[in-house]
Amino acid sequence: MAVNSVLPQSNGRRQISWGTPLTYAIALAIAAVSIAPVIYVVIGGFRTTPQIVADPAGLPDPFVWDNYARVLTQSNFWRQAFNSAVIALGTTLAVVVFGLAAAFVLARYRFRGREGLYTFFTLGLLFPAGAAILPLYLMLRDLNLINSYYAVILPQVAFSLPLTIVILRPFLSAIPRELEDAAAIDGASRLGFLWRVAMPLSRPALVTVGVLAFVASWNSFLLPLLVLSDVDLHTLPLGVQNFSSQYTTDTAGVLAFTSLAMLPALLFFTLAEKQIVGGLQGAVKG
Amino acid sequence: MTSANQIRMPAGGASASPAGPRQAGRASARRADNRRKWYEIIGLTTPAILIYVMFVLVPMGFAVYYSLFRWRGVGPPTEFVGLRNYTLAFQDPIFLDALRNNAIIVFGSLLIQGPIALGVALLLNRRFRGRAVFRLLVFVPYVLAEVTVGIMWKLLLTGDGTVDALLRSLGMGGLVQAWLADLDVVIWTLLAVLTWKYVGFAIILLLAGLSNVPDELTEAASIDGASWWQIQRHVTIPLLGPTIRIWMFLSMIGSLQIFDMIWVTSVPAVRSLGASATMATYMVDNGFFARLWGYGNAVAVILFVISFVAALLFQRFLLRRDIEGAITGRAK
Repeated sequence: MAVNSVLPQSNGRRQISWGTPLTYAIALAIAAVSIAPVIYVVIGGFRTTPQIVADPAGLPDPFVWDNYARVLTQSNFWRQAFNSAVIALGTTLAVVVFGLAAAFVLARYRFRGREGLYTFFTLGLLFPAGAAILPLYLMLRDLNLINSYYAVILPQVAFSLPLTIVILRPFLSAIPRELEDAAAIDGASRLGFLWRVAMPLSRPALVTVGVLAFVASWNSFLLPLLVLSDVDLHTLPLGVQNFSSQYTTDTAGVLAFTSLAMLPALLFFTLAEKQIVGGLQGAVKG
Repeated sequence: MTSANQIRMPAGGASASPAGPRQAGRASARRADNRRKWYEIIGLTTPAILIYVMFVLVPMGFAVYYSLFRWRGVGPPTEFVGLRNYTLAFQDPIFLDALRNNAIIVFGSLLIQGPIALGVALLLNRRFRGRAVFRLLVFVPYVLAEVTVGIMWKLLLTGDGTVDALLRSLGMGGLVQAWLADLDVVIWTLLAVLTWKYVGFAIILLLAGLSNVPDELTEAASIDGASWWQIQRHVTIPLLGPTIRIWMFLSMIGSLQIFDMIWVTSVPAVRSLGASATMATYMVDNGFFARLWGYGNAVAVILFVISFVAALLFQRFLLRRDIEGAITGRAK
């Protein structure tokens, strides 16, 4: 599983060559289809609504900054970005801490019921978060957590834990026992070993599960839609949806808001692309 | 691989002979260590277990309970109706439409994205300049929120909007449809948008799987005189099996639960007629917004059972070899 990615690549860097024209034609076509609508939206934000209506597929003439300026100064964009960030960071932190603690026990302690406990967690992979949303709402209502960050964070953590544990456990298991013995000789307890050896060594896997949890939280919509009715707590996905239904005639404004909402995810993704791809690879590798 | 690396248990006590004072001391130290070990096990796993049980398992239990009542969500449920909510759901043509739409999305995604992704991944399975950039660009739709992407496509697909203008300028004006309003067209439009969003994910996953196929095998085959296609057909694709199956699994589960994109892209009126409803949007529309909590929870249970059974069957018959132990519960 994920262990493969810790092992150093045995075959050295090979000469990178130019591909054939066919390779490039296909790569270009696919990349263009993927990215063109996004570019269109970003550019559309620099036009005015009458321009867009008159010629939907045209270029900005003249360039208008007003839409972006309006969204950034008059809408709840910053407030919503802040809420999204708090919820995503809270979720990520809790998933990594609790997931690591549980995975460490499941990987390096031998006790009766261990495999049963692991299966119990992996069962969660089969529980669709979407199906649980109504009873989840009712429960959060009874706990008086509606309209709080916790109402989003706690369920997100719960639904991210199974995958986190499935990714982390083999990683922690793969740490050679010699290291543990050496740590014990140096007087480290099992917890000391977790803190000083296992955690630093499994940093790539921790980053991966962290990034996956962060992206999932940043993009989530259904749970916030139900549990955050207070506008001041709205996250960016809710903001995009509200803005677009509130200002249906202001196409240019909606395009600008949508591009700005995409920006953080795109930036974050560019920075963490390796971890996301690596994580997916690790998570699904047989 | 796990068993070799465990915390070593204190050496087994069976051979411990006459209980001298030293042995007794060692035994009690061992007991103390054993107790400490259990404290650590409990302390480290409890937060995860608590959150997981409370927010994943308990709600599904409650859903089953609530689904047996007619209940508007105020006060405790009292009006017990047995399985009536379930029979009502299966008699509602809108819900049956939602089921059909989910089936279209599940099979449509597999049948369209699978071949495209496999073809592209095989053709691009080589190191070439710009490959990293390609990977980055192809992955963009997958990383953006479904909501954002949904709003984007809703704007692009409005009547006489960008897509229509583009088609007309290419001389294909005859293809123009009421993409999101025509009851017979909307689900196919949504399928196309979903394909756009998720095909990149399939490509990246397959490319990652391909990078694990040893070059030695394909080189050996080509030395033996196999053509490019024969190599793909008989060496590469079979080795890609696990990756393909796991992609199919993830795609299927995602399609069954699909909500965000459908919710923001399709017009509520069209959804309420069933043309673009899915099980999840139907559940939220009826349970949350129309406050038919008992009924909504019954739909939740149906959605859960369908996903769970589909996942189990898939695990049982296709994934067994791939994630052995993880879900089937067998120790590695």
